[in-house]
Amino acid sequence: MDTVRTPKEQQLIISASPHIRSDESTGRIMWTVSAALLPATIMAAYYFGPYAIFLIALTVVSAVGFEYLYQRGMNKEVTVTDGSAVLTGLLLGLNLPPTVPFYIPLVGSAVAVVLTKQLFGGLGFNVFNPALIGRAFLLISFPKLMTIYAEPTAQFVSMDAKTAATPLGILKLDGIGKLMEVYGDQMTMYSQLLIGNCAGSIGETSAIAILIGGLFLMFRGYISWHIPVSFLGSAAVLAWIFGGKGFFTGDPILHLLSGGLMLGAFFMATDYVTSPSVKKGQLVFGVGCGFLTMLIRLKGGYPEGVMFAILIMNCFTPIIDRSFKSEVFGAVKVKKEAAKQ
Amino acid sequence: MDFGKLFELVVSSSLVNNYVFTMFLGLCIFFGVTKKMETSIGMSITFTTVMMISAALSWIVYKFIMVPLNIEFLLIIVFIGIVAGLVQGSDTVMRKLAPDLYNKLGIYLALISTNCIILAVPLQSVGNKYNFIETIAFAFGSGLGFSLAMIIMASIREKLELADVPVPFRGLPMAFVITGLIALAFTGFSGLITL
Repeated sequence: MDTVRTPKEQQLIISASPHIRSDESTGRIMWTVSAALLPATIMAAYYFGPYAIFLIALTVVSAVGFEYLYQRGMNKEVTVTDGSAVLTGLLLGLNLPPTVPFYIPLVGSAVAVVLTKQLFGGLGFNVFNPALIGRAFLLISFPKLMTIYAEPTAQFVSMDAKTAATPLGILKLDGIGKLMEVYGDQMTMYSQLLIGNCAGSIGETSAIAILIGGLFLMFRGYISWHIPVSFLGSAAVLAWIFGGKGFFTGDPILHLLSGGLMLGAFFMATDYVTSPSVKKGQLVFGVGCGFLTMLIRLKGGYPEGVMFAILIMNCFTPIIDRSFKSEVFGAVKVKKEAAKQ
Repeated sequence: MDFGKLFELVVSSSLVNNYVFTMFLGLCIFFGVTKKMETSIGMSITFTTVMMISAALSWIVYKFIMVPLNIEFLLIIVFIGIVAGLVQGSDTVMRKLAPDLYNKLGIYLALISTNCIILAVPLQSVGNKYNFIETIAFAFGSGLGFSLAMIIMASIREKLELADVPVPFRGLPMAFVITGLIALAFTGFSGLITL
């Protein structure tokens, strides 16, 4: 039988000098990003109680478990300690509604880790963001369970949560007037959305907690400003122009603070593997995400479009990377006619 | 002329109701040519052109020959004939008149004659009672959507060339998995335009 050569077998790394030692590694980055999600997780625990924490723990443990089982089963090197499965599980957990039954996280992390990441050849080769594919799969498969959102209770003991519509859900069905009725005045609405006292997925409601984590990552240099700024900026501009009854009457702050926009812009769209690696390409990617998010929010069938926007732009990442290829240093430009002969 | 409706028709047929990702039609060509970016671009150009010409021709034949003669029940046979004849004819003409172009795009022509999207577009445009301009817009949008699908797919498959995909999944099985995941992403467009 033929043996199939895989890139894994050719692990002789040769590079030109200078050789700079650095203690950065995949594991270090993954664990830091997970740590940056801690504020959002704490806010989730405060507002949605112990069951939400149980769900997050379940997604993390099952994601790591599936990765371990797959890698053992396929006789591959077990790499669960690099933290990428932990991060995938954590992001998936933060994207679930707070009242889903326990089997939802299990299905989600199986799809995320095995189907989206390991089948494509493991970390570094996946085309789509695993956590988002996991959530999209769940939303299509269990549309009812995945759209029941609970009211935040801020009581650590209450288990019988009341269901409530998300701000974007209200905006889609009843319009801005109804939303004002719920929150009273505009400033109250902004502040409640900022600290996260609104219905939504477990970890996406508190804009300020996500912002702290995101700015920490940016400060440490793990993510560049290109994707988050272009994503949030284009979404805000489009919300301002097209969000209201007439042109230029929309409410960009409401759209920025609600739904999964912050979590998506700082933690999902900036995934190294599934976003373009060239800076110009990252700007295109971010603007595309912002445009598609607002397109789906304002015109589409779903109240929230961040997840689909990022997934659709993930499809385009290889094309964006090709079209912004940087010039090879010292290469001589050859005319097309000459190259043909 | 209502340009808004035409624009909606193009967006709807290329993104919201993309033939590959929502109806899973035309998969034989889709999987066949997307191994390389070069072939998918060649196929995109040829496919969109043939699609528009054949849809226009089918509409004219339907409106001015079949409806007056009351032979609408022969719809499928006649449309298959039109597509096959058109493809064969342009194959011959191109080979004699433009051999350069034929060498680049001619190989895709034979594949197109048996494609299901090329038959689905005239059938749907007759079914939805589109007028001539709308039919052309619909055919253009469908061709654009198919081209988009092929180019996305080719770029992803070229990227995965070096990936450590499990042996049973190499090649076609993985292409099916990728198509499924792209289709999952494209569900985000659903409900965008209801014609």
